[in-house]
Amino acid sequence: MSARTVGPVVTASKAPPKRADSTTLQRLLNNRHFLGLLFMLPAATLLLLFLTYPLGLGVWLGFTDAKVGRTGHWIWFENFAYLIGDQVAQLSLFNTFFYTLVASVLKFVLGLWLALLLDRNQLLKSFVRAVVLLPFIVPTALSAIAFWWIYDSQFSVVSWVLTRFGLIHRYIDFLGDPWNARLSTIGANVWRGVPFVAICLLAGLQTIPPSLHEAAALDGATPWQRFRHVTLPLLTPIIAVVMTFSVLFTFTDFQLIYVLTRGGPLNATHLMATLSFQRAIPGGALGEGAALATMMIPFLLAAILFSYFGLQRRAWQQGAKD
Amino acid sequence: MAKVTRRKFIKTGSTITAGAVVAPLIWVKEAQAQWNSSPEKGARLRVLRWSRFVQGDIDQYMANVKKFTDKYGIEVRVDNESWEDVRPKAAVAANTGGGPDIILGTYDDANLYPDKLVDVTDLCEYLGKKYSGWYPVCEAYLKPDHKHWIGVPLGAAGSMIVYRESHVKAAGFSTFPKDTVGFLKLLQALKEKGTPAGFALGHATGDANTWCHWLIWTFGAKLVDEKNNVVINSPETLAALEYGKEMYATFAPGTLSWLDPSNNKAFIDEQISVTNNGISIYFATKNSKDPKVNALTADINHSSYPAGPAGVSSACHLFMNQMIFKYTKYPKAAKEFIRFMMEDEQYGAWLQAAIGYVAHPLVAYEKNSIWTSDPKVTPYSDACKLLRPPGYAGQLGYASAGALADFIVVDMVAEAASGQRPAKEAAERAQKRAERYYKV
Repeated sequence: MSARTVGPVVTASKAPPKRADSTTLQRLLNNRHFLGLLFMLPAATLLLLFLTYPLGLGVWLGFTDAKVGRTGHWIWFENFAYLIGDQVAQLSLFNTFFYTLVASVLKFVLGLWLALLLDRNQLLKSFVRAVVLLPFIVPTALSAIAFWWIYDSQFSVVSWVLTRFGLIHRYIDFLGDPWNARLSTIGANVWRGVPFVAICLLAGLQTIPPSLHEAAALDGATPWQRFRHVTLPLLTPIIAVVMTFSVLFTFTDFQLIYVLTRGGPLNATHLMATLSFQRAIPGGALGEGAALATMMIPFLLAAILFSYFGLQRRAWQQGAKD
Repeated sequence: MAKVTRRKFIKTGSTITAGAVVAPLIWVKEAQAQWNSSPEKGARLRVLRWSRFVQGDIDQYMANVKKFTDKYGIEVRVDNESWEDVRPKAAVAANTGGGPDIILGTYDDANLYPDKLVDVTDLCEYLGKKYSGWYPVCEAYLKPDHKHWIGVPLGAAGSMIVYRESHVKAAGFSTFPKDTVGFLKLLQALKEKGTPAGFALGHATGDANTWCHWLIWTFGAKLVDEKNNVVINSPETLAALEYGKEMYATFAPGTLSWLDPSNNKAFIDEQISVTNNGISIYFATKNSKDPKVNALTADINHSSYPAGPAGVSSACHLFMNQMIFKYTKYPKAAKEFIRFMMEDEQYGAWLQAAIGYVAHPLVAYEKNSIWTSDPKVTPYSDACKLLRPPGYAGQLGYASAGALADFIVVDMVAEAASGQRPAKEAAERAQKRAERYYKV
């Protein structure tokens, strides 16, 4: 490739002056940097237009007192100062952390477990793998409605079954008690998120050469030792990527909460994303909502940086020798 | 209302206007001009409205639209959105200066961008005079400066008490109690009998807001006073919250998690025998193919909210308005459209078709036969009459909209009722939260 690009440039410099026009274009087209820019342009335009611009606009709005139907004035950090002192915003920050932490850990443990199970050769392998993906395929809003019925205070199928068996005597108040509601929403989120983690980790597991496992087995390693010293180290890069995504999705979850509780009861399940929407659109305080959304960025960045520097910075993962 | 022919009315109308020259001359002239003028040539209109609660509503609305198109030759496109989605859309339209010419909004939408709306004072005065006047709440919502109308009231979707007659009788009450003392006794008796009541205390935009506001108002409490000072932390509020706590003790389990549809489901499944709701439960059972559900119809009845120490049975029913945006190219056609839709020939038929989901804002329409044809529907006719805006008794605007959207009153009632916080603490917290919106 590089030889080819260099070639014509040399020819061009020797070409007669008459063909200067075409050669300029040619020269440009043969310039690696220019060509690189040119090829990047469509993607860059899309990113700028649909990602950078809205993000920038959102951050900018966070520094204004814009209301729905009224443009705002630049007010520096007033929104942020206000939100830090706001009890509901504080609660939503706590909820978001609790939700993300517990749900991510559960999703990781269950996902890894599921991946290890699926990695074995079992009956109807591909069928089972396809079925496992189902919760991830169903649109969130739909599965959220299903969970809304499952958690209903009057019609919950879980409560119904348990009362039929005589295990409980009154219906469980899944979404009516603050802690129950937090755990119930986490349950629904985990149900939805596990397949994603499991399938990605499964893909990672299959890239591990069987020879390594065989060698370890020959050396007399127990299954736990093989998992700990062969599987896990080789899986870390995938884990890092998958868990970064998982944490990001969980941290910014919206639909599930909005369908199940709208942030209730008593704001116990309000996440930053749902509160941001509630303040900005129905509440009309665009600036404040945008500020709340902006406040999520540092946490998200931290999660990304942690995964990149914490989990992927091993020398051998960068291609160097150990 | 006595039979007034249109011609006779216009005569009296013009004398009244002539008498009202005390007001600035130009303004009257302008109003007069718009009043007499016909729609712009080649006008076309786009209307965005909340999507129907009942099929008859949209069918009749569209029939009226067609009548308008046939009469004036003006093409009207009507788009529908779920009522909670109209607010952001209307706001974007106001913000960007483009969109539907007319938007049928809810609550205090118009108060968020009054300067973006066409002044409809002439139209509202005309309609008010012709149809025996607007209910007072219409002015609170749409005549914020007491001089200019910024939108035309459309009506309100009432949320009244829905109850099972047989259960109330079994609990020892021959009629539904009219005051809070009797109401609480009824709730307690119902709980005893194993047929409890249930009122939503989750973030249910419609149901929870309606009854929680009734609760504080009927004890004489309010979020803000006339000057927008937050006064929710008051002895009246504490009394209301203590009462709410006693109410909650009689509720079916799980009401803290209830969203808008929850009480409908529980009522139709016979798990609760008293709740607050639009007329939808009644019609759901009436039209149900399931004989068991259909059988409930005869036993369902409605009542307005009982009156407490302050003698108030008002609630914040869902108010609906019609706004014309200034960016429209055809303001006259838009006004003509709204006028046409509000006239008896059209509006009366629409009220009928909406079978009680929507209550009229103009006094004369209380004579409409929909309110007497079925006595069970009658309580809903008072929705506009017994309506207070959520930001009562202050001015509506960003603060009231924000406080409502943040469920400050609902959360306060829920906290105190469920015993998560003592009533005093819940009221203090609500005071602080509201003060942030009303920026002290």
